[in-house]
Amino acid sequence: MITKRDVQHVAKLARLGLTEREAKKFQKELSKILDFIERLKEVDILKVEPTSHSIKVENIMREDRVKIEGLEVRKKLVEMAPEEKGGYVRVKAIL
Amino acid sequence: MELTELTIKKAHEGLIKKEFSTVELIKVFSDKIEKENKKIAAFLTLNIENAFSHAKKIDELILRGQKIPLLAGIPAAIKDIILVENIRCTAASKILKNYIAPYDATCVKKLKNQGVVILGKTNMDEFAMGSSTEHSGFFPTRNPHDLERVPGGSSGGSAAAVAGNLSLFALGSDTGGSIRQPASFCGVVGLKPTYGVVSRYGLMAMASSLDQIGPITRTVEDCEIVFEAIRGKDEMDSTSVEIPEIENHKLKIENLRIGVPKEYFIKGMDDGVEKIIKSAIRKFEKLGVKIIEISLPHTEYALATYYIIMTAEVSSNLARYDGIKYGLSKVKTQKSGYPLGGCKSLLDVYLKTREEGFGDEARRRIMLGTYVLSAGYYEAYYLRAQKVRTLIREDFKNAFQTVDAILTPTSPTPAFKLGEKIEDPLTMYLSDIFTVSLNLAGLPGISVPAGLIDDLPVGLQIIGKPFQENTILQIGKIFEKL
Repeated sequence: MITKRDVQHVAKLARLGLTEREAKKFQKELSKILDFIERLKEVDILKVEPTSHSIKVENIMREDRVKIEGLEVRKKLVEMAPEEKGGYVRVKAIL
Repeated sequence: MELTELTIKKAHEGLIKKEFSTVELIKVFSDKIEKENKKIAAFLTLNIENAFSHAKKIDELILRGQKIPLLAGIPAAIKDIILVENIRCTAASKILKNYIAPYDATCVKKLKNQGVVILGKTNMDEFAMGSSTEHSGFFPTRNPHDLERVPGGSSGGSAAAVAGNLSLFALGSDTGGSIRQPASFCGVVGLKPTYGVVSRYGLMAMASSLDQIGPITRTVEDCEIVFEAIRGKDEMDSTSVEIPEIENHKLKIENLRIGVPKEYFIKGMDDGVEKIIKSAIRKFEKLGVKIIEISLPHTEYALATYYIIMTAEVSSNLARYDGIKYGLSKVKTQKSGYPLGGCKSLLDVYLKTREEGFGDEARRRIMLGTYVLSAGYYEAYYLRAQKVRTLIREDFKNAFQTVDAILTPTSPTPAFKLGEKIEDPLTMYLSDIFTVSLNLAGLPGISVPAGLIDDLPVGLQIIGKPFQENTILQIGKIFEKL
């Protein structure tokens, strides 16, 4: 069971705006899904290692080098931002 | 036979023998799209003009007598979560309504290098989250076999485009069944490769440890051709791998051992589906294939495990859509188009952008994922699920010591009606019950049409060992001919 306050707390953590009515609706739906996933508590996992990927993943290194061919893509990417200045993305003050 | 019904090889032969030109081939498909897409609604964005200019270039090569690759001039539809340079790419989300892809996904680049002609981008559930394509932020797609029914999802637009002959083949993505289940619902072939075999560069991430790109086609042979074209290690995706060299011996049917997991024939499965799948198994038996009953004991926990791991990864991957870098933004600027929707603080920008941009299913999954990762719940949910994931993998590993492949239904039911499951998220999730385990274990699986219930297609899922796409493709070809 998840309370409406839990829903509002999680929504804030996830940076999702939510109306009162929506919080109620999601509380019902999420509670039902959480009840369903409760069944994992039956499984004996005492001596089991966790899996994060189905294949073995390793860190892959490369030289730290500027790619000239990337400049055009960079321009496209910066232009997509709602606010930009001098080739950088601009945001509102954080503090 | 109509040109829209050709296989890739037949279309290629027609082109090089000059029975028809690439422009003529594309014209047939664009006419078909013009006529049928209003009903089926498979496409979000069309690329017809570019397709014709591309087709002309292929025709020039043919006229000059140049040898062209097998896929040159072949029309394709690409799921709208895969980037095609300079074409709108929305993931069927309002948050990316006007997003133009700045580069090509690796798989798209590989197809373009062969000369594939891209007809358009297909509809899907928002950010690939759903099993019916009803969770598209724009409109639902309909099943060409019955317009009152869903095409499945999340790659519903891709499957419907191929089934409705609006494209010769399509690309989809599969995180928990999103290629195989719509292929089953639409009566076409869909392959989810082993995790890592196709580069995910240029695929918008949903759940990074589960996502794979794969082909949706009309025949298993076509599926193999497209798979061969898009696979391979890519320096832009650190989780991509080369298929280790496997002895490419011809499958000997009489040596083949196929497993049937008893846990997959459960209550809740449609009687008609069960009948069709059991008759498919008998057909293999008659060929001399050894059918072995196997057990995958943790099957009943797969869906719960999937909904913890997937939503956790979703909550982190979808954090990037924040109104700062691209897409919908509630920042007050002239450029954003929201001169009056100004936000006071940065937090306001996040909250308002994401509230308006994401649909209900996306928000549900983001919240669930945030919850299972949050302080106090991480071990009870996320870590526990990762451990059960290990057990599910081991189930398959054990089973594959005695069998070469595994047969199951792709989905417990045929295509359901629009609106039938939309109100109850949990019921919708259950349509993925037979497909999610493969993503958790990273295994390849293919759905092949196995029969019809009241004119609705039913798919047979063939599961292979890691990197043995070759085996399941060969088994699929054998089954197709039965």
